[in-house]
Amino acid sequence: MTAEDWAIVHLSLKVSAVAVGGCLPLAFALAWVLARGKFAGKVLLDALIHLPLVLPPVVTGWMLLIAFGPQGPVGSWFESALGLTFMFRWTGAALAAAVMALPLMVRAMRLSIEAVDLRFEATAMTLGASRWRVFRTITLPLALPGVVAGAVLGFARSLGEFGATITFVSNIPGETQTLPLAIYSALQVPGGEAAVTRLAGISVALSLAALVVSEVLARRMARHMGKSAHVL
Amino acid sequence: MSFEISVSRRLGDTLVQCAFVADAGLTALFGPSGAGKTSVLNMVAGLLKPDEGRIVVAGEVLFDSTSGTDISVQARRAGYVFQDGRLFPHMRVRDNLLFGSSDDGLMSLADAAEFLGIGHLLDRWPRTLSGGEAQRVAIGRAMLSNPRFLLMDEPLAALDRARREEVMRTIERLRDELGLPILYVSHDRAEVKRLAGHIVEI
Repeated sequence: MTAEDWAIVHLSLKVSAVAVGGCLPLAFALAWVLARGKFAGKVLLDALIHLPLVLPPVVTGWMLLIAFGPQGPVGSWFESALGLTFMFRWTGAALAAAVMALPLMVRAMRLSIEAVDLRFEATAMTLGASRWRVFRTITLPLALPGVVAGAVLGFARSLGEFGATITFVSNIPGETQTLPLAIYSALQVPGGEAAVTRLAGISVALSLAALVVSEVLARRMARHMGKSAHVL
Repeated sequence: MSFEISVSRRLGDTLVQCAFVADAGLTALFGPSGAGKTSVLNMVAGLLKPDEGRIVVAGEVLFDSTSGTDISVQARRAGYVFQDGRLFPHMRVRDNLLFGSSDDGLMSLADAAEFLGIGHLLDRWPRTLSGGEAQRVAIGRAMLSNPRFLLMDEPLAALDRARREEVMRTIERLRDELGLPILYVSHDRAEVKRLAGHIVEI
């Protein structure tokens, strides 16, 4: 592996970690609302969250460009309020990855929240626990394997994000050129096969490692709970 | 009077209705499966809201539909022992026992462990316990939550004969030594005859 390869891997990991870390609270909140909430428009919210999963990624990227560009309604607010810009920046790559990973994360977390036995929560309440304590000591720990699974799935998905990223923040080496984008560039260059092979190999290894780690974690956490948890 | 209960609640097509007054000691709700015995316990615990009625335990009004009184589950301080024990699977026995405990409680962890003979189980995970052990831990957890009364929902139903005897003796000692009002649900006539001072058919 060359120094350039390492830089690409480093950028990819940074983008994915920020994407998952940043949207984890939002993903959990949405999963909670979908699992437990009763309100009109739930189906619509569900569909909106899942939209990036079925929309052509180039459309998602274009919509991010419109909304989060310097002149966009959201982008201009971020720039003036927080000094945060997304266009042609690695932060934009993280945002695109987060939007694409969100449906997978919400899905995994929602299933795990729905699987929490409500009778344990009722039991805790008879023992005097407030709603917040029930959430902290019963619901969250019991749902944790699914939360971890969702985060790792989101991370793996972020590592592979291509279409929305290249549309939104372009393909700038050292700034927005993550692994898939670097592979795409190398494919355009005559004699780039060696680089493609190396980078593709790294991609496979990283994704595989993420999935194996999450499976092991989920199993370890589920061992005491008398139920099986699987990511795969 | 330890229990003065008169409640009704519609659940789907069935109407759960129950009214009785009982003295201290162990009162059994006796009847076939599906009669709504567990629903009555849930209403007394505060987990299920009656459509109308009145629930008074040991002189305190917990629910009254005419005055709009509805004490929260947490504040009712029912020691609820469920049929399946319902120990929290992600906590060791010690943490299960201490979940609802307070410093000014009825008894300490050591006292409860001694009373129930579960001192050697404190570091075990619930999934490694036998049915009888799990049920005794569940009783301990309810006792340590400093309850004002106990609700027991077929605590012997999931146990084999030897374990039933062991848990039954524990319940008799609870009844005789702690002096807490106990509302006990069962569909087993022999069990109810042996334990209860007062039987309510439902």
